[in-house]
Amino acid sequence: MIEKKGPETWQEINPGCMVFRKGSASEYHTGSWRAKRPLWENEKCIKCGVCYIYCPEGCITEQQDGFFDANLDYCKGCGICAHECWPGAIKMVNEEE
Amino acid sequence: MGKRVGMEVAIASAEAAALCKFDVASVYPITPQSHVAEHLSDIVADGRVDASFITVESEHSALSSAMGASATGARVVTATSSQGLLFMGEVMPITSAMRLPIVMIIANRAVSGPINIWNDHSDIMPMRDTGWISFFADNGQEVVDMVIQAFKVGEDRRVMLPVNVNMDGFQLTHVVEPIIMPDQEEVDRFLPPYKPYAALHPDNCVSMGTLGMPEFYTEAQKSKDVALVNSIKVVCEVWKEWEQQFGRKYEPIQTYRTEDAEIALVTMGSMGETAEIAVDELRREGVKVGLLKIKLWRPFPFDDLKKAIKGIKVLAVTDRACSFGGPGGPVFSEIRSALYDVPKKPKVVNYLIGLGGRDVSVENFMDMVRRAAKGKLKEPYEFYGVRG
Repeated sequence: MIEKKGPETWQEINPGCMVFRKGSASEYHTGSWRAKRPLWENEKCIKCGVCYIYCPEGCITEQQDGFFDANLDYCKGCGICAHECWPGAIKMVNEEE
Repeated sequence: MGKRVGMEVAIASAEAAALCKFDVASVYPITPQSHVAEHLSDIVADGRVDASFITVESEHSALSSAMGASATGARVVTATSSQGLLFMGEVMPITSAMRLPIVMIIANRAVSGPINIWNDHSDIMPMRDTGWISFFADNGQEVVDMVIQAFKVGEDRRVMLPVNVNMDGFQLTHVVEPIIMPDQEEVDRFLPPYKPYAALHPDNCVSMGTLGMPEFYTEAQKSKDVALVNSIKVVCEVWKEWEQQFGRKYEPIQTYRTEDAEIALVTMGSMGETAEIAVDELRREGVKVGLLKIKLWRPFPFDDLKKAIKGIKVLAVTDRACSFGGPGGPVFSEIRSALYDVPKKPKVVNYLIGLGGRDVSVENFMDMVRRAAKGKLKEPYEFYGVRG
């Protein structure tokens, strides 16, 4: 179970379940659902950024060296980055491997 | 104190919304609500209210965009009927869960099939459990009054819930009635400008329509239920205030000649007026009969019902919708369940009447009372006047 901040009782629920705290969604680490994770082979990567553009979770960022990596707190392992990467630099590997 | 006008009730309902100075109307036309949609559009086009009219491609979009507008802090009105209401059904519980005080004018019409455009309550009944406040109007005056009251109730900080105002299709919508249309300054005095609890704005941080995981969902539902249950206090308070200012009385259950009544009819909507005449006729014959008219369907007025049935031996509950394969019509099963713990409770019988626009006459109501007197019908619920 992921630890989350939230109302304890029904009385503490804001009307309409409204949330007034900024960026509270980032506390929910959706990466826990993941069965597979993307693995970059930087020798094949041409730094085109297609993975960054297609990632529906917005969890892929460009590193200082110009290569890309996923934030595994939020990566759900959908594999879209690997599917779109035309030089074939991204492999989806099982979490248990 | 207002102006007495002869006006079609559908048009009058839109005029009532205009008196409330709505900011946004988001409506898709459907018979018999179309005159409401058209007239709201006219009001905006003529610049009589500083508002936007959103033309949408469906009822699902009508309510969805109404919610978007309401979330920005706008006062929003929408209207629909029958299949249109069912199409809104997916959005209905979200409106109440997000606590957006939209007012919906419903021209009650039968649900297909067979295809039928005439009046009954089979459209609103499936929406019973969506968390909206539901008013039922007897006549054109009540429609106008209830539309204005609905904004005040829904927008109250202690409530913050959407309200639907039910008026019978054709029987009310397409009938020209004498109506006292309140003056603008009277309505302004009664209904303050809408101050939302929270509104979407780039300068304010708020998330609406959030995810509710299993560890929060139950608490969210409880909080919505408590809000709806408690709203009855505000409804009664607003009705009291209305009575003081406008002189017309509203109660969750309006009783008619029940003082010494041993048998009482129960109606919801415009048929209450026909039933009143039937009660008068039967009284002339010496039958101790009265009438209970339910004006507030949700939240259900349990305490008012228990007060209203004192001394009554038989309740003849009329329903304008079927609950196929269930215990009887929705109003009947509600009332019978509400009386389960009452020690001296009346016998309750159920007639399904006026389905799909079938006329129900004064004589029909008199017949219903006479046959209900024994406290039992041949069947648990009777399709009144069914052939065969």
